[in-house]
Amino acid sequence: MLMGESEFIKPDRKPSIEELKGIASQVREGIINELSEAKSGHVGGSLSCTDILVALYFQKMAHNPKNPKWPERDRLLLSKGHAAPALYSTLAAAGYFPKEELKTLRKINTRLQGHPDPTKLPGVEIPGGPEGIGLSEGIGMALAARIDKKSHKIFVIMGDGELDEGEVWEAAMAASKFKLDNITVIIDKNGLQQEGRTMDIMPTDSVAAKFKAFNWNVIETNGNDMSAVLAALDQASQGKGMPTAIVASTLKGKGVDFMEGKVEYHAKVLTTEAAESAIKQIKSSR
Amino acid sequence: MEAKPESMREAIGSALCEIGDSNKNIVIVGADTTESLSLSQFGKKFPERFFNVGIAEQNMIGVSAGMALYGKTVICGTYAVFIERALDQIRNTIAYCKLDVKIIGAHTGISVGPDGGSHQAIEDIAIMRALPNMKVIVPSDSYSAKALATQAASTKGPFYIRLIRSNVPNIYSNEQIQIGKANVIKEGNDIAIIACGITVHEAIRAAKRLEAQGISARVIDCHTIKPLDEQTILAAAKDTGRIITVEDHNMYGGLGSAVAELLSRKRPTRVEMIAVKDVFGESGKDSELMAKYGISEQDIFTKAMEAMK
Repeated sequence: MLMGESEFIKPDRKPSIEELKGIASQVREGIINELSEAKSGHVGGSLSCTDILVALYFQKMAHNPKNPKWPERDRLLLSKGHAAPALYSTLAAAGYFPKEELKTLRKINTRLQGHPDPTKLPGVEIPGGPEGIGLSEGIGMALAARIDKKSHKIFVIMGDGELDEGEVWEAAMAASKFKLDNITVIIDKNGLQQEGRTMDIMPTDSVAAKFKAFNWNVIETNGNDMSAVLAALDQASQGKGMPTAIVASTLKGKGVDFMEGKVEYHAKVLTTEAAESAIKQIKSSR
Repeated sequence: MEAKPESMREAIGSALCEIGDSNKNIVIVGADTTESLSLSQFGKKFPERFFNVGIAEQNMIGVSAGMALYGKTVICGTYAVFIERALDQIRNTIAYCKLDVKIIGAHTGISVGPDGGSHQAIEDIAIMRALPNMKVIVPSDSYSAKALATQAASTKGPFYIRLIRSNVPNIYSNEQIQIGKANVIKEGNDIAIIACGITVHEAIRAAKRLEAQGISARVIDCHTIKPLDEQTILAAAKDTGRIITVEDHNMYGGLGSAVAELLSRKRPTRVEMIAVKDVFGESGKDSELMAKYGISEQDIFTKAMEAMK
């Protein structure tokens, strides 16, 4: 069995916290199913940013699954493109495409490329793959929106490993220079990257202080606590004349105990047994 | 007879100002070289559509990609060697998603001169040509630079526009310049010299000397390296049977390679390639460097004389 039918929230009403948690659980189930089917892909970093994606797509963002190119939409840029399974599962849950299509992840002729491709799948805003580019693209969109006198918001999800990339800091300076208060970056700070702990590979423990020093409005939160994520996103819109960075502490592999905080689950192939066990856990938490 | 030397960068800069009046969708992103690239005049006229991101080429390309994804037509640029720094971003955003971004690579080839080898991009055509969806334009004078940049601005999709630093006299005055259509500057049936950018000027001078030796050389300005004008090149091979390519670029992957790839597939013909011989440049005057590195009028003349033996 792949994706169960579910009672996802209609876009025209704001769901409760409990409903959002339920959606996040179903998105996680979708992620496991996708990756179990694909036999490759990144599970840990997908599970860590799931609650953030759900908060954005089911509560915070103005968007239209039936018209993904709606010009007035808010935009979500997944800079950490390896979390594609989380984005796809969220988009499917929101009604962008049938959940059945999640089975095609990483397979020939799919719209669900290993890393997101906006030319293939409506709803995807930027191409993913190499790290560290998303914020620059977000700045481009935010400046373009300013030229057109549009008020929509640009959200960028970055990983903490991604902060190793120099371009992130070029962009951090620029967003501040251009006073882009229509940009909110959410850093999925799960503390792990491909080869180990970020504090060992390249320490990024003072992320909040770094962004503050770049003249950003900085908010720290728990990125796996739905209420906390929503509260942080509320505060983000209060940053006037400066971009906002939400440093969201998360657990890599969140929701599946044998994956949580385990570096090997960055991109571990899921065996059928592991997938079944993970789904059982995810379901039992509902 | 020769007109006074003019700057390609100024020609494109003023053309963009004209286009910017009627096309409000055009924006410019620069990286602290906008005065040198003459893009700053657009910034003075349309400050709300002009952005300088500082010495941060990767961000310049990323910002340009974001604007294009939003729906803008973006012109961005800096010196070509610095643009190469953002190859990942160019590949994975602009080329990958076929975005409407025109990248101006200024100061190319060893003819850049005194700044030295670090500033002389001799590999940029090869790099850009290898990217799917990327079109590659190499104007030879300010007239064609203006015409080609104007067309590129109104043609959806990614372009790399390669400019030389030196001011050069105009070759053209009112000719039709079309992206994808090489211009035959001089007719001739003994040998064909295919050039681009600054070497078109060298080729024209060499052809005049060859004429005096009784050799009728066709000179082709192949200003669009990709997509290549197959028809004009195949016709030159058919009519002359002797092809010389000449470029201010490394011998690998540039104009000569593009021509040889075509001819080897469709009309096997001997191609003599005049290019930088897989070495980096150095400081000096443009003319001194072109002579030292073997891409000058004299080199074309000598190679043509040999080919006619």
